[in-house]
Amino acid sequence: MGSDAPAALAVEAIDVFYGESHVVQHVSFALRPRSLLALLGLNGAGKTTSLHTVMGFLIPRRGRIMLFGEPIAGLPPAAIARRGIGLVPQGRRIFPSLTVAENLAVAAHGAATKAWSAERVFVTFPRLAERRRQYAGLLSGGEQQMLAIGRALVGNPRVLLLDEPSEGLAPQIVAEVARAVAAMKSEGLAIVLVEQNVRLALSLADDVVLLNAGRLAASGPAAAIAADPALIDRHLGVF
Amino acid sequence: MSAQFWLIQTLNAVAMGGLLFLLAAGFSLIFGLMRVPNLAHGGFFMLGAYLGATALDENLPFWLAALAAALGVGLLGAVLERALLRRLAGNEQGQVLATLGVAFIIADLCLMTWGGNPLSLSPPAWLMRAIAIGGFFFPAYRLAVLVLAVLLAVLLVALMEKTRLGAMIRAGVDDREMAEGVGIPVSRLFTTIFFLGAALAGLGGVIGGPILSAYPGLDTDMLPLALIVVILGGIGSIGGAFVGSMIIGFIYNFGIALFPNFAYVILFLPMIAALLIKPEGLFGRVPQ
Ligand SMILES: Nc1ncnc2c1ncn2[C@@H]1O[C@H](COP(=O)(O)OP(=O)(O)O)[C@@H](O)[C@H]1O
Ligand SMILES: [Mg+2]
Repeated sequence: MGSDAPAALAVEAIDVFYGESHVVQHVSFALRPRSLLALLGLNGAGKTTSLHTVMGFLIPRRGRIMLFGEPIAGLPPAAIARRGIGLVPQGRRIFPSLTVAENLAVAAHGAATKAWSAERVFVTFPRLAERRRQYAGLLSGGEQQMLAIGRALVGNPRVLLLDEPSEGLAPQIVAEVARAVAAMKSEGLAIVLVEQNVRLALSLADDVVLLNAGRLAASGPAAAIAADPALIDRHLGVF
Repeated sequence: MSAQFWLIQTLNAVAMGGLLFLLAAGFSLIFGLMRVPNLAHGGFFMLGAYLGATALDENLPFWLAALAAALGVGLLGAVLERALLRRLAGNEQGQVLATLGVAFIIADLCLMTWGGNPLSLSPPAWLMRAIAIGGFFFPAYRLAVLVLAVLLAVLLVALMEKTRLGAMIRAGVDDREMAEGVGIPVSRLFTTIFFLGAALAGLGGVIGGPILSAYPGLDTDMLPLALIVVILGGIGSIGGAFVGSMIIGFIYNFGIALFPNFAYVILFLPMIAALLIKPEGLFGRVPQ
């Protein structure tokens, strides 16, 4: 890291289990402030499990998780959310029986004083504004993804976790989501991006962490990883 | 049969429906939102009736007795949720057994405290009269029960559908983990729901007191009715609980009046039909 400033998010040697199955093994990575870290790996590598552990859905059996230098592992998810971690989960998981506006309202924290409010989300994603009174379950996949991102943003997080935001979306929508991610980063948000779309991830990332079967396989600056097709091929299949 | 019979029975049926709603609304909230089939709900209702009877004995005004009983039973519900059911989260069988045990304990404690003789509760003096409707006289109190049930139904629907608190609760039902992940304190909300559901049952016990009185066995008389209403109307739906209550109110009343020997059987028919044809109930949501 080269400086004394703490990482926005530091995952330190965590071990995570589902029952007896040791799904994340001694994984560490550090997300620098105002940067984007791409967490890559094949299906089942443990990416979602890692993000869920950061969010507090799972508790690591060993290891520490630090948010700007403060330990958060073991706190309940709601407390972790309020300390400044926002999750855009895989599969979007918007609240289908809430309207679009309600999805944002229930997740809003400090919206009156801080950067992101529901109104700003509606400006960023005008399609959501048109549908604000509709039940979220009726939205298209792309709209649900925008809502999931907006729902995380109105919590005014300091660290944003994005789990496969392009999954199942049309190319046009993927581009829109990518633009939004780039904009959030340029505003100073620290972001962990999990993506199957490696090209997209490498184009947005400052740093890359490769997971393989629950273990850390490689990590480094995005440029260095992108310049090593053999490494990518080994851990991600065909680039 | 005379027009008077139909009119009076219809009024009785909607009044009974109103009372059933007070009973079933809390059961539906708790079951729908927390997936806890609270078998102590009949006990909550009975305890409310007894607490109300005691409060009235102390010469509290009726509304205050009802409020006190609702608060008392609500607190008991909240404590039970925190101390007992929370530890059994995800273990439905454990929850069923635990709430059944609580139901037995409540029944025994009520018997010890208030004895085996029925206690009657007097309605407020200003409702102890009959109102003329279409040339017939009908007890004002029963109409008041209906009005109260409608008011509460509207309030509860507004709470659940129009407030941020209600949206948070629905979010917790849609996806509990994700709701926590956006900062919603779901477990505190669920304690609140348990308080509210139990308080509604306690309130129902007092409001039903002048009609049903308080007696040992009131709990086990009421619990199946709550189940039938909620299964018919759809779990977790306040509107469904209201419609279900009215339907069962009609069936119960006309069943007793027309086929006294089969009233109890007839009661279960709509529930069975619902389970066969529309298992999620008339207004139930299909789980995601
Ligand atoms: N709830 C669960 N229970 C048991 N095993 C799980 C569960 N969720 C995921 N797994 C397993 O854990 C491993 C990592 O899964 P996951 O973190 O979802 O991978 P990724 O997000 O990288 O595709 C996989 O082998 C998966 O089958
Ligand atoms: Mg995943």
